[in-house]
Amino acid sequence: MGKAETLPARAKASRGTLPKTPTGISGLDEITLGGLPKGRPTLVCGAAGCGKTLFAMEFLLRGAEQFGEPGVFMAFEETEQDLAQNVRSLGFDLDRMVADNKIYVDHIRVERNEIEETGEFDLEGLFLRLNLAIDTVGAKRVVLDTLESLFGGFTNQAILRAELRRLFRWLKDKGVTAVITGERGEGQLTRQGLEEYVSDCVILLDHRVHDQVSTRRLRIVKYRGSTHGTNEYPFLIDEDGIHVLPLTSLHLNHEVSTERVSSGVPRLDAMLGGEGYYRGSSILVSGTAGTGKTSLCAHFADATCQRGERCLYLAFEESPAQLMRNMKSIGRDLAPWIKKGLLRVEASRPTMHGIELHLASIHKAVNDFKPHAVIIDPISNLSSAGTEAEAEAMLLRLIDFLKSRQITAMFVNLTAGGNAWERTDVGVSSLIDTWILLRDIELAGERNRGIYVLKSRGMKHSNQIREFLITSEGIKLEDVYIGPEGVLTGSMRAAQEERERAAAQVRAQEMERKQRDLARRRAALEAQIAALRTEFEVVEDESKVVAEQDRAREQQITQNRSAAAIRRGSDTASANKGRRK
Amino acid sequence: MTTRRAASEEKWELRLYTAGQTPKSLAAIKNLKKVCEEHLAGRYEIEIVDLLKNPRLAKDDQIVAIPTLVRKLPDPVRKIIGDLSDTERALVGLQLKQLS
Repeated sequence: MGKAETLPARAKASRGTLPKTPTGISGLDEITLGGLPKGRPTLVCGAAGCGKTLFAMEFLLRGAEQFGEPGVFMAFEETEQDLAQNVRSLGFDLDRMVADNKIYVDHIRVERNEIEETGEFDLEGLFLRLNLAIDTVGAKRVVLDTLESLFGGFTNQAILRAELRRLFRWLKDKGVTAVITGERGEGQLTRQGLEEYVSDCVILLDHRVHDQVSTRRLRIVKYRGSTHGTNEYPFLIDEDGIHVLPLTSLHLNHEVSTERVSSGVPRLDAMLGGEGYYRGSSILVSGTAGTGKTSLCAHFADATCQRGERCLYLAFEESPAQLMRNMKSIGRDLAPWIKKGLLRVEASRPTMHGIELHLASIHKAVNDFKPHAVIIDPISNLSSAGTEAEAEAMLLRLIDFLKSRQITAMFVNLTAGGNAWERTDVGVSSLIDTWILLRDIELAGERNRGIYVLKSRGMKHSNQIREFLITSEGIKLEDVYIGPEGVLTGSMRAAQEERERAAAQVRAQEMERKQRDLARRRAALEAQIAALRTEFEVVEDESKVVAEQDRAREQQITQNRSAAAIRRGSDTASANKGRRK
Repeated sequence: MTTRRAASEEKWELRLYTAGQTPKSLAAIKNLKKVCEEHLAGRYEIEIVDLLKNPRLAKDDQIVAIPTLVRKLPDPVRKIIGDLSDTERALVGLQLKQLS
């Protein structure tokens, strides 16, 4: 079906011109956008053991149970007793439903060796039985499982094909929604080419084994008049019947939250814009072996439970008891949270079952427990349960599923030593909102742990490497030493710090010494100044004395001169004598 | 030959299932009567069941094709479908004749 064809079809479906009958099979109604075409036949085909009969039976039983639509099961292969026994394991009581007139089962037995064909015939007997069955319970749903057995019973194929064509027309006229099963054939969908009669909706079931792990898949080959998911969808069969696992969002329209949740490590929160992760975001913690990924998860689990929220911890490597013990040793005692019902640890080996069953069991656990946070430790070995591509598809689904429920998800990825850092084994990095990388830093015969935030969408985050210490009180982040000698961690960082401390001390002493020196020089200069001043005073005193002597001598001269004048009787002397009196 | 002689003394009970008065049903009735008159004169009983009138019997007797002739006696039960226009095959089906 081309794109040009599906788009108008979608518009048509949304206007409700193509009524649909919900199957009640989990996931299928999402892919088909509502169910099977109402009042029309649908062909379900696949190889032996792929779950055709179960599909048909579940469609019928769920119809009767959940949607109040009685149904008719025309069994060409199994007897009523067999069928009743088969569905009992799914929790349906077929006998009771038959007794309540909700379901009508008719086993049609056609044995070629008991039958001789002698000319013209038709299948009116089948029509009459079907008609009686439909009228008896007022059926809205009909299953024919599997019509192809008829081809084994009759030699005149021309009559048979003509009658089948008539049968499908008749079913449409009856207005019943029919499911017809067919065995997968060579080069065509069914062995007898039933798809040429049923043109409205064809669903193909497949059962593959890859690396000894089985995977069931479902694909809608065509769905006339409706848009539908065209992918191969994994499905699984468990005690509740069939679960188809749709890519939960064919569209990216999850709600987002701006609320932040703590990582459980305060300094890591600080690196993440000061507040931690976004609620409902997906977080990837990757690193090589022994870098402390699980410890980081335990902190997050602890922080989640401390907020009184529920946390689901899926451990694929450690048993719950081992996890508890190990985390207790770093100061995170998780046992009380389990007792309080806030933490649930589910441990299983990834190879225990196929990847779809893992996904389904996670779905189930999430639906049961309704956690606020889910931790998967680790995702990297999920690929051992399937191919890498499958693991990636599964994670994509899982991330979508958890996001759509606003569940904060933390995934752990173990990177193999030789791999590039910025690569996950399972290529999910692009789906991740916050990616924290743990790496070991080897320096001077020592292995230390470093942590940094590779990316974190929608928040300002630190670009720094921090040294990651696992202590008995939990995780501690330390600044690494970054200086002229490069990035140092561990004991080298400690040694460098010691060296720096010593250097600082030396510098302080040097300063003190200089100051003392200066003080001394000042004192010396001051002494010199004092000496000079004393000298100056001496000189001044001397000059005073000289001046005095000079003046005294002058006076002496003057006196001597006056005395002489008197002696000579100079008038100036008498005048001077009179003035002197 | 003993079985053959014993068979010739047996009582035959035949039941023909039809669905209304269709040409095929009428042809089957006509052909059946002819075969019986020729091979089983005087020791046969034919019961004609119209499934339109009693559809429940189709389930009980496992009838799918119409018309179906069931040989109830002698044992074992045999089913012959079609309008019996192929007399040869009809005789083989009723085990009145070995397949040549």
